Amino acid sequence: MRFATSAPPHLGSGYSTPLLMRSVTLALIPGLAASLLWFGPGVLLQLLLCIVTALGMEALVLLLRRRSLRPLLDWSAILTASLLALSIPPLAPWWIAVTGAAFAILFGKQLYGGLGFNPFNPAMLAYAVLLVSFPRQMTHWAPPLALALQDAGWLDIWQQIIHHSDAMDAYTMATPLDSMKTQLGQGRTLHVIQEDAIYSPLAGKGWQSVNLGFMLGGLWLWRHKLIGWQIPSAFLGSLTLLSMGFFVFAPGEYPTPLFHLLSGGTMLGAFFIATDPVSASTTPLGRLIYGALIGCLVFIIRTFGGYPDAVAFSVLLMNLVAPTLDYYTQPRVYGKPR
Amino acid sequence: MLGVIALVLIFALLGSVLGFSARRFRVEGNPLVEKIDAVLPQTQCGQCSFPGCRPYAEAIARGDADINQCPPGGQDGVDALAELLGVESKPLAAEPRAEAGPVVALIDENTCIGCTLCIQACPVDAILGSAKHMHTVIASECTGCELCLPPCPVDCISIVPVKTGIADWKWPAPDDKVA
Amino acid sequence: MATQPFMPLPGGLHLPTFKTLSASRPLAEAPLPAELVFPLQLRGGINAVPTVSAGQRVLKGEVIARAAFENLPPLHASSSGIVRCIENRLLPHPSAMEDLCIIIDTDGLDEALPLQPRRHFSLESRETLRAWLIEAGVLGLGGAAFPTGFKVDPGKRRVDTLILNAAECEPYITCDDSLLQHFPHEVLQGAIILMHILSVEQCIIGIEDDMPEACRSLENALRARAYSGIRLQRVPALYPSGGEKQLIQILTGREVPAGGIPADIGIVCQNVGTAGAVYRAIEYQEPLVSRIVTVTGHGIHEPRNWITRIGTPIAHLTAASGGYTNAAERLIIGGPMMGFAVSDDQLPVTKASNCILVAGHEDLPEPPEVMPCIRCGACAEVCPAGLLPQQLYWYGRADNQERLEQHELFSCIECGCCNMVCPSHIPLVQHFRASKGKLTLKRREREKADHARVRFESRQSRKEEEKRSKAEATRRKREALNLNTPEVTHTEAN
Repeated sequence: MRFATSAPPHLGSGYSTPLLMRSVTLALIPGLAASLLWFGPGVLLQLLLCIVTALGMEALVLLLRRRSLRPLLDWSAILTASLLALSIPPLAPWWIAVTGAAFAILFGKQLYGGLGFNPFNPAMLAYAVLLVSFPRQMTHWAPPLALALQDAGWLDIWQQIIHHSDAMDAYTMATPLDSMKTQLGQGRTLHVIQEDAIYSPLAGKGWQSVNLGFMLGGLWLWRHKLIGWQIPSAFLGSLTLLSMGFFVFAPGEYPTPLFHLLSGGTMLGAFFIATDPVSASTTPLGRLIYGALIGCLVFIIRTFGGYPDAVAFSVLLMNLVAPTLDYYTQPRVYGKPR
Repeated sequence: MLGVIALVLIFALLGSVLGFSARRFRVEGNPLVEKIDAVLPQTQCGQCSFPGCRPYAEAIARGDADINQCPPGGQDGVDALAELLGVESKPLAAEPRAEAGPVVALIDENTCIGCTLCIQACPVDAILGSAKHMHTVIASECTGCELCLPPCPVDCISIVPVKTGIADWKWPAPDDKVA
Repeated sequence: MATQPFMPLPGGLHLPTFKTLSASRPLAEAPLPAELVFPLQLRGGINAVPTVSAGQRVLKGEVIARAAFENLPPLHASSSGIVRCIENRLLPHPSAMEDLCIIIDTDGLDEALPLQPRRHFSLESRETLRAWLIEAGVLGLGGAAFPTGFKVDPGKRRVDTLILNAAECEPYITCDDSLLQHFPHEVLQGAIILMHILSVEQCIIGIEDDMPEACRSLENALRARAYSGIRLQRVPALYPSGGEKQLIQILTGREVPAGGIPADIGIVCQNVGTAGAVYRAIEYQEPLVSRIVTVTGHGIHEPRNWITRIGTPIAHLTAASGGYTNAAERLIIGGPMMGFAVSDDQLPVTKASNCILVAGHEDLPEPPEVMPCIRCGACAEVCPAGLLPQQLYWYGRADNQERLEQHELFSCIECGCCNMVCPSHIPLVQHFRASKGKLTLKRREREKADHARVRFESRQSRKEEEKRSKAEATRRKREALNLNTPEVTHTEAN
């Protein structure tokens, strides 16, 4: 009897990259739900805009490169789009989402050769470009629904995003991070600042729930071995340590570690953005250093830098350093002394 | 004024460091020629139009010869030279030989007349024999340079592929094209 | 009796074992096949030269081929019969090449070569015992087929421990398990002989903890007779604990230096099957003519273990195991991780064949589409050799020889753990094998080129020397002529 042949090893596993990407996307749901509850349905429209644009851009590039359209099915574009959509203000005009998603896919991913070849995290690259190019639109955040000056129904949200009416200013309020930074800079002490309505015992209202949601999703990912423990724990650990150090040193002048952990994009960054395998470090020790340095940079930029939130910039800076980290943290090979 | 003096002193210091290094760390000979020669296949066949691999290496180092003149080195050799010299690689100038893989010369012993002309031609002394005695090619030493073919007056030397068995077989690369 | 292993295996994978498939039926002698096929290719590209010719009758255990110039183990007939011919046949090798094989038609009598009387092995010198092992054709039965007589000759190296490898880590394979359950004393006696040859006092048998019957059998055997110096050590069932380097690391904590052999760190490791073959060779003068082969997989009706004659065609074994099921899709010699697939079941069983895996679709699903590497690092986490498969992959694609060597490509044991965990299903091990082949070829070409350069340069200097001495001789002759005046011709003639 004759048989077909194949090269060893012959066993395979059910794990696959699309499965990984899809699982990470689905793990965003708790945080997304919190965002919906606290900040309204604007984020859903942003998601839709980002995902459609991202898939469209990817299809365009694949056609131009004369490749098959199968990579559209690997969920990586959807994941990038979702991360971007969750990072931009829910009421940002529609062209922000579209520009961002297009930039992320075109310049953040496909320009380098597609999945697996990009040195930077595409979502963060797009976010940084948007922030620098359109600072006004990117810094107008809606307050939590409970604190909003006026009710925003679905139609109003649609008007806001698609038709970009000037009434936007009335809908916005500084984020807890932004407000904290400005007021500390003005000399008010932490104790006084935290009596403001936007703060709650843990951190900022609304923002803390969103961060907790992302943390839950992230822990689920870790539990199912879809992300490693090194980057999130190093990131959160170093952020905690640094902020704790400063807080203990001068209690009135710096926010609490808990505030840092549950504000802005900390949890989203720790579990979903910094853990992007393509742009992060790959060796275990390298990942620890990578995560730790991101945490340090986040603290430094938040406290001493010009922007209220710093996750995107920290991740991008460390993406630059990741190859060097990989080179110097290679594990020891069997049979060689070191 | 002080600035001028400071700059002059700094430049003098740097200049003397450079001069000292030039003397102390001087490299004898032309290391580039050695490196080029190390890449060449050493068949000494002369197909590059130079009398041996070392003259060809020297010509490349001087800039008198192109990097794609060596057929025994193959395209791999051209690419290696291109990488060594930091230039663009180019296709091999000559056509590759008809038989793929390593070849050796074979003397037809019935026709050989024992004239020793091929022995004198072989650059690596791979032919055993003496005047009026049988000549034979030591296959393990033969590089397949074909320099013995022209001198033979009875044309009894042929080029044959080296017999390969499972010990020479290598696993092929998988044909996975990245999507 | 069994203590904690010295250290856990770094990396490695838990694989589904499928061992119960072949373990449920008892071990039996395979029926004699009608023909036996013996490929003549030995290690190192050397072909053995037949010592028999077509039409000659040979007995079981008779030498039928030998290496012409090297001291290598010869080939023996594994049953009596007539040599039909010596012809080109498809080889049991992944290259699917053809080469010369001796074909013997068995006569069913199974008549063995008469034995010469021998003294007890402890009375013979170690060189004699090693020579007996070579002459008996004993090779490593774990798969590498290295001549045992050479392996137990460490030369100048000091060896202090013998390790017997009973850690059958690859799924489906149960031949060592079967051997230990049925012939534990042969293995232990073989260990005693090996310890004597190596002059070592301790032997550790490494066995996986998912082989409880084999463990019990060994423990009972160790209790039954006084085997001094032999200790049984259970190790966690993790693939690839049974790799020689890995087992040494687990049992003793020592690491074989890169590019070196276990004897460099004082250890010799042998498969338990080899130990059994050593015993039969020394005690019964029986050359290695049979081994236990596991015939298994969902493509076979009755998977089981057979005591098989070397040279038996695979089709004969599969027929004896109930034949193929409808699900039979691939025929693999070896295990599912490191065995190679072959196209024809007429190929023979060799000394290195530990398993015939007839795989169905559920055993080995179609490899899914390859996606780009996403740098997840899962491959490095499971690599038992501490390598970075991801880097080796990228450098292999770029053919970057320097970096591949820097990242220790040749320390890769090709276990396949990285392939299993890669989410993009990249065939990493195949890339590494291809890169290794290219690098080996380049190294060999480099060596040949350097050798040719040396010959060329010495020839050049010889030519120069000849020229110079000729010029010198001519000059001297001319001087001699100038000194004498008219009687030039006389002087020359003299």
